[in-house]
Amino acid sequence: MNSRILRTLPREKAFYFFTSIGNYTGESAASFKEFMNKISEVNVKSLEFHFYRGDFEKWIAEVLEDEFLAIEITNLREKNYSGAILKERLYNVVAKRYIQLSKTF
Amino acid sequence: MKFKNNTVALDSTDLKILNALQENARQTYTAIGKSLGMAHSTVYDRIKRMERHGIIKKYTAVIDAEKAGAQNIIAIMTIFTDPKESDKVAEELCEAPQILEVYTSLSEELLIIAKVVAENQESLHEFIASSVAPLPGVLRIRTSMVTKKFKETRFSIVNNPKKLTFIKETHNKIGENEH
Repeated sequence: MNSRILRTLPREKAFYFFTSIGNYTGESAASFKEFMNKISEVNVKSLEFHFYRGDFEKWIAEVLEDEFLAIEITNLREKNYSGAILKERLYNVVAKRYIQLSKTF
Repeated sequence: MKFKNNTVALDSTDLKILNALQENARQTYTAIGKSLGMAHSTVYDRIKRMERHGIIKKYTAVIDAEKAGAQNIIAIMTIFTDPKESDKVAEELCEAPQILEVYTSLSEELLIIAKVVAENQESLHEFIASSVAPLPGVLRIRTSMVTKKFKETRFSIVNNPKKLTFIKETHNKIGENEH
């Protein structure tokens, strides 16, 4: 189960970071680990764009198939974070889950 | 109509006929001939020749999408690409029914410019995120949505003054040689 969540995805299933409708940053993540790392690398505008559209939890639930993290991110959205705080909190939630999954891998 | 360097040089009669067809492709040979002061058989011969040589590619209908009830949005994508993959990306884009036009351009970076149509902003984003961004060689994408259309016209060979001059010169030269 954990190995499935942590697997590397084919290119077409990766998460592509945009800053607004149709504006692709050139950054993408093709695995849980890469997604976690990209959170600290990509422009915060991109994180805000996807976060408030619900793109992250959709991809995490439907593609990575990690319902637990998807719910965690949905709950985080209710806090209305933005900017650097959003980046930090989002990273923390994803990193915490990554450690948890890696331990039991 | 003469051939030169694999291209077809059209004379002023051909251009007048093309112009008439671009105005209204459904008018009869007789009507075109009457408006241009020439025999309908001349119009027929010229049109058939231009069809054979692929100058007239097809006859189509210009549809007013709004009146037809289609609430589409149009956007212009500028796709920055790896030069090695650029042609392949352009070819892939051509396959997508949402893409209306595709061009490559060389400025500071190699770009592909594409006109795209979508039902709404969400479907536009979905298309770009799932079908364009994943193409190998795509570095980043800038998309501008069209908010107001001021002019849209098809390229008319007759409206191109340089081309007209060229054709006139070519025609004269051919005429001189024929004598």
